[in-house]
Amino acid sequence: MVSKLQTPLTVTAYKSDVHNDWCPGCGDFGILQAIQQSCAELALPPWETMVFAGIGCSGKVFNYMASHGVHTLHGRVLPFAVGAKIANPDLEVVAVGGDGDGYGIGAGHFVHAGRRNVDMAYIVMTNEVYGLTKGQASPTLGRGQQTKSLPLPNTNDAIQPLALALSSGYTWIGRSYAFDGRHLKEMIKKAIEHKGMALLDVLQPCPTFNDLHTAEWFNKKVKVEGETNMVSRIFNVNEVGHDGSVKDPTNLDEVTDKQKKAFEMAHHHGERIPVGVFYEIKLPTYTERMQAQAPMLKKYSPARIPYEDASHLPTTDLSKTYEEFLF
Amino acid sequence: MKVVNEVNWMIGGPQGTGVDSSANLFSQACASAGLWVFGKREYHSNIKGKHSYFQVRVSDKPIHSHVDDVHILATFEDSTARLHAHEVVKGGALIYDPTKITLDDLNLKSGVITLPIDFNSVIRHVAEVTGMEYGTLSLMKNTIAVAASMALLRMDISNMEETLARMYTGRKAKLVAPNVAASKKAYEAVDALPDEMHDQFPYHLEPQKNTPKRLLINGAQANSLGKLKAGCRYQTYYPISPATDESNFLESHPEYGIAVVQCEDEIAAIDMALGAATTGVRASTATSGPGFCLMAEGLGWGGMNEVPIVLFDYQRGGPSTGLPTRHEQGDLMFAAFGGHGEYPRLVMAPATINDHFHLAFESFNYADKFQTPVIILNDKFLTHSLETISPFKENSLVIDRGRLATQPELEAAIADGKGFPRFRPDPKTVLSPRPYPGQEGSPYWMTGDEHDDYGHITENPENRRKMHEKRMAKYRLMLEQIPEDRQFSFHGDPNADITLVCWGSTFGALEDALPLLKERGINANFLHLRMLNPFPISAEKFLRKAKKLVMVENNWGTQLGHLIRMSTGIFIPAQIVKYTGRPMSLNEILDSVEKIHKKQVAPEMDPLTGQSIEKVVLTYGL
Repeated sequence: MVSKLQTPLTVTAYKSDVHNDWCPGCGDFGILQAIQQSCAELALPPWETMVFAGIGCSGKVFNYMASHGVHTLHGRVLPFAVGAKIANPDLEVVAVGGDGDGYGIGAGHFVHAGRRNVDMAYIVMTNEVYGLTKGQASPTLGRGQQTKSLPLPNTNDAIQPLALALSSGYTWIGRSYAFDGRHLKEMIKKAIEHKGMALLDVLQPCPTFNDLHTAEWFNKKVKVEGETNMVSRIFNVNEVGHDGSVKDPTNLDEVTDKQKKAFEMAHHHGERIPVGVFYEIKLPTYTERMQAQAPMLKKYSPARIPYEDASHLPTTDLSKTYEEFLF
Repeated sequence: MKVVNEVNWMIGGPQGTGVDSSANLFSQACASAGLWVFGKREYHSNIKGKHSYFQVRVSDKPIHSHVDDVHILATFEDSTARLHAHEVVKGGALIYDPTKITLDDLNLKSGVITLPIDFNSVIRHVAEVTGMEYGTLSLMKNTIAVAASMALLRMDISNMEETLARMYTGRKAKLVAPNVAASKKAYEAVDALPDEMHDQFPYHLEPQKNTPKRLLINGAQANSLGKLKAGCRYQTYYPISPATDESNFLESHPEYGIAVVQCEDEIAAIDMALGAATTGVRASTATSGPGFCLMAEGLGWGGMNEVPIVLFDYQRGGPSTGLPTRHEQGDLMFAAFGGHGEYPRLVMAPATINDHFHLAFESFNYADKFQTPVIILNDKFLTHSLETISPFKENSLVIDRGRLATQPELEAAIADGKGFPRFRPDPKTVLSPRPYPGQEGSPYWMTGDEHDDYGHITENPENRRKMHEKRMAKYRLMLEQIPEDRQFSFHGDPNADITLVCWGSTFGALEDALPLLKERGINANFLHLRMLNPFPISAEKFLRKAKKLVMVENNWGTQLGHLIRMSTGIFIPAQIVKYTGRPMSLNEILDSVEKIHKKQVAPEMDPLTGQSIEKVVLTYGL
């Protein structure tokens, strides 16, 4: 079990003194701030918290946190983070990365992380470009769109990460926006608190390379059919009647119904962008599945199983297993 | 002339027909009779139908290698007899099914005893006495072949019956009775043959009395046990032959609490193990060539972040998918140098099946001690070879977790408020203390980018030099701190005329060869390198003193030969190599060393060095 501090720390306690070198106006700032606030509000002990990050601008989050920060390899943040959480479920593990990192080079890991339902949150910073290599198209950029650095319009269709997460078995799926600090923080807290694998896709502008979907674009009011007044582009699905939370995971009709609705919402067409909790279900976590097969893991996490005595002699008794081979 | 307790028995058949189980049955029956066993398994990358065979050498003295001469070839269908009949020595025997083959079709040597067995009539008999359906009993042909072999070898049937009872338990317990009935029937039939027939067959096995208990075990199993003993509690893998056996074995023992995670690919396997290792668990991954290639990037991260991790590479024939189920020592160069940039990695290879246990155990100590990836080069040959060995000596085993953070260091980090200086080099020992997440004061940062004492990214050239030198200094520590007798070993007369140089699993054949070479008038010794990277430079003195050096390697270009030249300047032109995907047999070693000794090898030009070399290319084995 992840422990909580008796006396919560202030948000400053989760900020490292490393100079932040993101471009001014980057959506990453909002996300980092919200992660740090969430850690403080959830009273996570920094020494029991591990923030894993991928490679790219988003990857630098690891260094700005004053918890354990692990900068992994491009596309590999999930295997590293999953490895740590399985080894020691008492740690709070949060994975962070960009959309190129997670949905592009890391897409294989993204899918399989869902199948395991490890109890952790994965926050993906989606800005439709590969920022740190100067603005190439990421897997979320739509076909025909041409951001600043593209010599020609994008030839690939965009993937729909929330629908992909749904198909892959993620048990909590949500979306937020980098500059809606309050909503983002609440969503991060929910993703962390969810028991199982949570995907939080966070839309964010890249002020340097994405000249299509800027902060102004996200904030713009749009015209919607049937409405007389202009409405905000971003809307919270949970405020317009979408309830993606499965009440009874054994009720397959309910599960299918909620999945269908979440899938439709993930593929929402038009000018408006839905955010909020799309889908949620409670299923056994990877650790619980392992514990059912290896009772010793109910008593100890793999990282804490004793195997040496005070004088460093190995204490694992193999004699029962030797019997298989003794003649 | 009777030949007692020196037998090489072979059984073969299409994959999926129980060749393995019958070889296990034969080996276990011999082992329980107090005899020493060495079994070698050959099989295709196929599930059902293609030819596989298993040869089991039995002796009353310890043996560590396989031989080519076959004394009994036990077959129950046509292909095995066709493919292997020529290997049976004069005086040896062929067990065959006369309804499946005619002897005229076989390339048998004269003087081979042929023993027809009507397998179907034995099975019909079993169906009658047990009331089981004839159709469900076809897999028992193996058991019948084993029982007939036992009768030929004049071994008591009781060892085999006991073994059957031990092999089939739980859900399979119902198989004991029909198998016992079949073996009795086959044994009695062969036993009842006239004495003249039995007298023609000189090979006998005699049970040994009061022998101490021994393990009958293969390399993958011995390796797994070493890992469990070392406290390894996290194993990742992606299915690949021949490495998977290890992970399967570990997963089938949940009582130790080891988390065995099947990953989506080998990239995830190495990275997940690295992530686990950051929490303090002893973590490892097991793979084979193609998967090992995918792990190169992750290993570099481990080197950069000083993460203790052990990678077990079960070498198989390469390149690419190569020979997926066959043997090769082809990954040495890749293990030592694969990857971009420079980082220290310890590369070692076990010599024997017993050594699989000990090296697997030690490898975790080395990973912790030097805080860097360790690569263990296992191979298909010993992974699937069965050997009787004395129980592992556990009394000298000690766990060494290396330089862990102390309480005062953690408190200092809390007071300092800047994080834990995880990477700050110690002026004396080079290495830095390692805290675990969960300890108050532990937070630090890890990154594949160059970083400072705390793990913050920096491209400062002075820091780069400090950190790069710190990491690379671990090579010196390995040379200084790994005991010399764990780095390499030297065997035989120091003044011998020939010094064979080898690594990994060729050890057994060379160990068995020395006394036999002496019988042929050749005084040879051998140098076995267990540590391969960094190069164990103290072994150089043995190379310098040698009168004639001969490289022995299961690859084309003598990869260790090149490492030796690189590290010592010594070029070794005499080479015994094999790259057919099959391991070197004892016979092959004896004959090829003799050829080199008698200067019967024509020189040729080595395209890698432009030098003249004497190269013997071994080819035996199907």
